[in-house]
Amino acid sequence: MLPYLIRRLASALISILLAAILVFAALLAIPGDPAEIILGLNASPGAAAALREQLGLNVPPVPRFLNWLGGAIRGDFGDSLNYRRPVSELLAGRLQVSIPLALGAMLIACLIALPLGTVAALRQGTWLDPVIVSFAQVGAAIPSFWLGLMFILLFSVELGWLPAGGYVPWERSPVSAIRSLILPALALGLGQAAVITRMTRASMLDVQRQDYVRTASAKGLPRRRVVLVHTLRNAMVTIVTIIGLSMAQLLVGAIVIEQVFSLPGLGRLALTAIGARDFPLLQAEVLLYASAIVALSFSVDVLYAFLDPRIRYS
Amino acid sequence: MARFPATSGFRSGLSWRISALFRPFRGRVNLALGAVLIGTVVLSALLSFVWLPYDPNVIDFGARLAPPSAEHWLGTDHFGRDLLSRLMVGARATLYVGLIAVGIALGLGGLIGAASGYIGGVLDELLMRVADVLYAFPPILLAILLAAIYRPGTLTAMVAIGIATIPVFARLMRSSVLTLKERDFVEAGRALGASGGRVLWRHILPSALSPILVQASLSLAIAILAEAALSFLGLGTPPRVPSWGNMLREAQSFMALSPYPAMAPGLAIVVTVLGWSLLGDGLRDALDPQSRR
Repeated sequence: MLPYLIRRLASALISILLAAILVFAALLAIPGDPAEIILGLNASPGAAAALREQLGLNVPPVPRFLNWLGGAIRGDFGDSLNYRRPVSELLAGRLQVSIPLALGAMLIACLIALPLGTVAALRQGTWLDPVIVSFAQVGAAIPSFWLGLMFILLFSVELGWLPAGGYVPWERSPVSAIRSLILPALALGLGQAAVITRMTRASMLDVQRQDYVRTASAKGLPRRRVVLVHTLRNAMVTIVTIIGLSMAQLLVGAIVIEQVFSLPGLGRLALTAIGARDFPLLQAEVLLYASAIVALSFSVDVLYAFLDPRIRYS
Repeated sequence: MARFPATSGFRSGLSWRISALFRPFRGRVNLALGAVLIGTVVLSALLSFVWLPYDPNVIDFGARLAPPSAEHWLGTDHFGRDLLSRLMVGARATLYVGLIAVGIALGLGGLIGAASGYIGGVLDELLMRVADVLYAFPPILLAILLAAIYRPGTLTAMVAIGIATIPVFARLMRSSVLTLKERDFVEAGRALGASGGRVLWRHILPSALSPILVQASLSLAIAILAEAALSFLGLGTPPRVPSWGNMLREAQSFMALSPYPAMAPGLAIVVTVLGWSLLGDGLRDALDPQSRR
């Protein structure tokens, strides 16, 4: 187990390093002088020189990259050009919106998908299975941002139950904060629920066909026990994997949902950074997302090895 | 399932031929439904080149935010532009971006996967590592990066979706090549002195095609969702060209006044995405009976 863990960790770290190189190289690919592009053509030569100095553009690329990477490891991404504050401070503030949104969406998705997928698999051959499968197929085709718009139309414009957008910070009113996150989390979670439902059903069906499940039924164990102990528990190994990978989808999906509901999360921060050409902020954000995705797939692999004692990696 | 129905002898020539035409769809609801949905979208995109109910960009303030009526079947937007006409023109942008993006992914991913699987060794290790890293950059993330460097637009959206989809095709092609290159008919080709390129092109590729076709259809569904999201964010098709994503972007501000401009493009996206994913599932069932569940 330990050698596998170390090897998997090393490969995750290499992936993050390669991602960092890619993100950094993107800035080098800018046609022309970045300082002039950021400031516009009318910038005074003095201002451009100062910005070049701040961005470290006078230093050759390789030492500049090492310098940036060294800072990034310590959590120091420099100052945002637009907000004139440390990037890390900005990111930390925005995480208070993005993390609860993604977790809330995940919770909703699991609460819907795990029972539905299990029921569909157990009731294969009845009318219930195709109905659930069809719902999942259609659900996966609905763009979450459009679902968000429809929720605003129904729950905010027509019924007036929940706010159509905006955000109240946790420290001012936790109830209002939750209220402003319900619709976005629902819109984000339902699409993912469709995906997880299909996967749960497929992995349950897979396990049901295994010999040990047949043996358990044949020796006369009650169906409840066969389902809960033999089938579901083994199917959970695959389902956990799917949930981990779904989390990565949710993080990225949140970028669009934040825009729909005007939530001040990481996604909106990135979108304003594009317009402002705020490269230090953008680089940090893109690297943060990519690292989160790598970290999630690493944890999923490790969890998988822990959950399934049959898997032993040499 | 009998290959030749017993009743075939009693059928007239024409009805036999018509039923033969639909035979691939028999018992394959997914494939048929997917083909109908995609057919509708493709036809309306093609039709938009020769006929439209209205000019999609003509502004008519007298008919702002009108509900569906005999004149405007789907209603009008906040400039009084006909929604059906804009939806039909929008289908072009959606299909165009989706097809080119998946084309990029299929071409480059296929090439990478084939080289990786066929040559193996250090090259395989290296290319698969690159594919792993690309997994960490979903389309929206790549589009954000590209939009900041260049200008956000159709091209950056296409390239971002295309590059992000490369690993899917690279892995698929690699695993096909790995299993196929040990098979006897490939071995025979090599023994007869065929070059590596020829073996790949003439012997391996035709056999690897059906899973790739299935994946292309499923990837189109994802690409179209991504295109719509990017246009909605203002990182895709530019505002002056109607696309479903940017129609939704514009509609959001006027939702309280009229829900129709926000409903129609969304339903169009659902129909198209559902169409490609049903088509992909149906193709998989048709091409590989073992996968049917």
